[in-house]
Amino acid sequence: MSRLKERLFATPLDTVITLVCLAVIVRLCVPLVEWVLINATWNGTSREACKSDGACWVFIRARFGQFMYGQYPVPLRWRVDFAGALMVLTAGLLSWRGLPSRRWFALASVTILPLVGLWLLHGGLGIPVVESREWGGLMLTMVLTVYAGLIAVPLGILLAMGRRSRLPLIRFASVVFIEFWRGVPIITVIFLASLLLPLIMPAGFDVDKLARAILGLAFVVAAYMAEAVRGGLQALPEGQAEAAQALGLGYWRIQRMIVLPQALRIALPAMTNEFISLFKSTTLVLIVSLFDLLGIAQAALADPNWVGMNMEAYVFAGAIYWFACFGMSQWSRLREKRLQVAHGR
Amino acid sequence: MASEPALLSFLRDRKVRDILWQAAATIAMVAVVWFFVQNASENMVKAGIASGFRFLTRDSGIEVPFNLTGYKPSDNILALLWAGVVNTMLVSVASIALATIIGFAVGLLRLSRNWLLSTLAGFYIEFVRNIPLLFFVLFWYFGVLAALPTPRESADFLGVIFLNRRGLSIPTPNELGGLRIALMVIVALIVAQYGLSRWAAARQARTGRDFPVWPMGFVLCGVLPIVALVAAGMATSWDVPTLRGFNYRGGFVLVPEFVALFAALSTYTAGFIAEVVRGGVLSVRQGQIDAARALGLTQGRILRLVVIPQAMPVIIPPITSQYLNLIKNSSFGAAIAYPEIVAVFMGSALVSTGQSIEIIAITLAIYLTLSIAVSLFMNWYNARHRLVTR
Repeated sequence: MSRLKERLFATPLDTVITLVCLAVIVRLCVPLVEWVLINATWNGTSREACKSDGACWVFIRARFGQFMYGQYPVPLRWRVDFAGALMVLTAGLLSWRGLPSRRWFALASVTILPLVGLWLLHGGLGIPVVESREWGGLMLTMVLTVYAGLIAVPLGILLAMGRRSRLPLIRFASVVFIEFWRGVPIITVIFLASLLLPLIMPAGFDVDKLARAILGLAFVVAAYMAEAVRGGLQALPEGQAEAAQALGLGYWRIQRMIVLPQALRIALPAMTNEFISLFKSTTLVLIVSLFDLLGIAQAALADPNWVGMNMEAYVFAGAIYWFACFGMSQWSRLREKRLQVAHGR
Repeated sequence: MASEPALLSFLRDRKVRDILWQAAATIAMVAVVWFFVQNASENMVKAGIASGFRFLTRDSGIEVPFNLTGYKPSDNILALLWAGVVNTMLVSVASIALATIIGFAVGLLRLSRNWLLSTLAGFYIEFVRNIPLLFFVLFWYFGVLAALPTPRESADFLGVIFLNRRGLSIPTPNELGGLRIALMVIVALIVAQYGLSRWAAARQARTGRDFPVWPMGFVLCGVLPIVALVAAGMATSWDVPTLRGFNYRGGFVLVPEFVALFAALSTYTAGFIAEVVRGGVLSVRQGQIDAARALGLTQGRILRLVVIPQAMPVIIPPITSQYLNLIKNSSFGAAIAYPEIVAVFMGSALVSTGQSIEIIAITLAIYLTLSIAVSLFMNWYNARHRLVTR
């Protein structure tokens, strides 16, 4: 109780501030809660069901499939679920420290699993093909994030190593690559990828629209990722690499066994931040008419049967983005804290 | 090792390997670039696209609903690009100003002793940082501004500024003479304040006598400029927007696209700036503040003489990169058709001329120039500061 008093009502000014804050919170939260929960309509099938002045969640229910899968054919949506479940399962297994031959499993899960996922989502080889233009919603957001991330992280690590390389040409090339992609807005890169990739490829070689967007995103994120990794590399004392060199290890072995495992651990919070911003940046594919979660929400507003559902669509999509990003940043913070405890700091 | 063949020992030499590695990398890069260029030129010949920058002087024929440069559709594409650049700068400068104000306020409130206040600020930061910027842009444009009243039922401020779904109508001065004088007066006042503070600091170093620089500064750079502006404003005749028929005429209309982008950019970036400010203030060690307090400095002076001078060097580099991000993020305006560089040039001009490579190159060059300029400034600032620290 005395703690409460000290932190809220220490001085008369503090009391006034606390009361003003309370008033603001009440003014903001009460209508919000009323709209989202109390006055909201949950059951029904059409717009007519929504008579109260609260949120009309019927709209979200009616379009839930689209928000999640876009135009992906309904009977084949289990494939998306299956791919998602595989991903979650692998992530779960990987976070378990007691996993036998964890290193090999990790290697397999970043090389084979993405291909399996691609096959499940796209089809072919015996199962019906679903063209990427039918993909959409949260599923497309996840595809963009995961595949762009899978390209960006290794590329970013290589670029960071290149930037700190002894060889001037490699260093120069890495710096140019990093600074170029960091210096331009992501929107222009997505534009660029969708316009230039067909132009610079041999005639008849068609790059899928989604693949172009992924590639564009991946390059930009790789450049930012490289800077995050570089932070980790710089934080590592020189002595580590020098000691390994004295033991007679070669460059790649030093990197793989001594430098990177430590540097990546240091860089992980920064890399998570870049991953979060990648997740947020995937919304920009709207500009080349790919309909990710936000794009689907935006497109749903044009439905003549559901005029005026702007707030519902935005609140739903926004909440998903918020929880995903907040979750990732909390995970990174938790991990950082645990590491600090483990190091006795 | 004497039995090792000469070639192998040659390859094991570090210098030789360095050169070989770099040569291999160079050849690979050149090959890739050459492959792409070759394909591009073949494809362009096939599509009948003539390369070159001559299209810039062609008539654009593109309507830009919101421009400050006096651009007309009969002007050439270079003028169109310039109109886009000016619109980008306009929204960037306005958003940077507001984002800085909100960001500093929220960042300092986050450090408040009052638990409720700091939690509230924390909520704001976590809210804006964890949602995509495009969400905010669309939300402001389609969610908030579309729900604004019609022009007939506009919200008005003091009867001269009107907000409705067609945008924000603000009065414009009919002649600039008075305002120009006011501006010159303000510049003179700032110079005077600068000179005064230099003189006061020198005198204090020499004699130890204090001079109320900050109260003077408040009068010189805060009160008098406002007086000058008000006086100039009173002396000038204004073109006040008035309702005629279904819309407001006169004055200047900030289109809803501008208002939405401005609101989204400034509130979003403010969340990041707030974290930077908080980090900067926290980086000043408590011992510094305790020592200042032990010397008997007042709370305001501790803040001004101890905390801020030590926090600013920590704050400025990341805040500059936030500004740079904001400038790059102004390209999000393309999503709601705010006529900035990407929308008018990479969008409209590219569609009408088909010169994709040239247009992309110019657009990227503009942003890259900006980025390089900002990072050069940052390097210069860091280098300069490093010399000062002990």
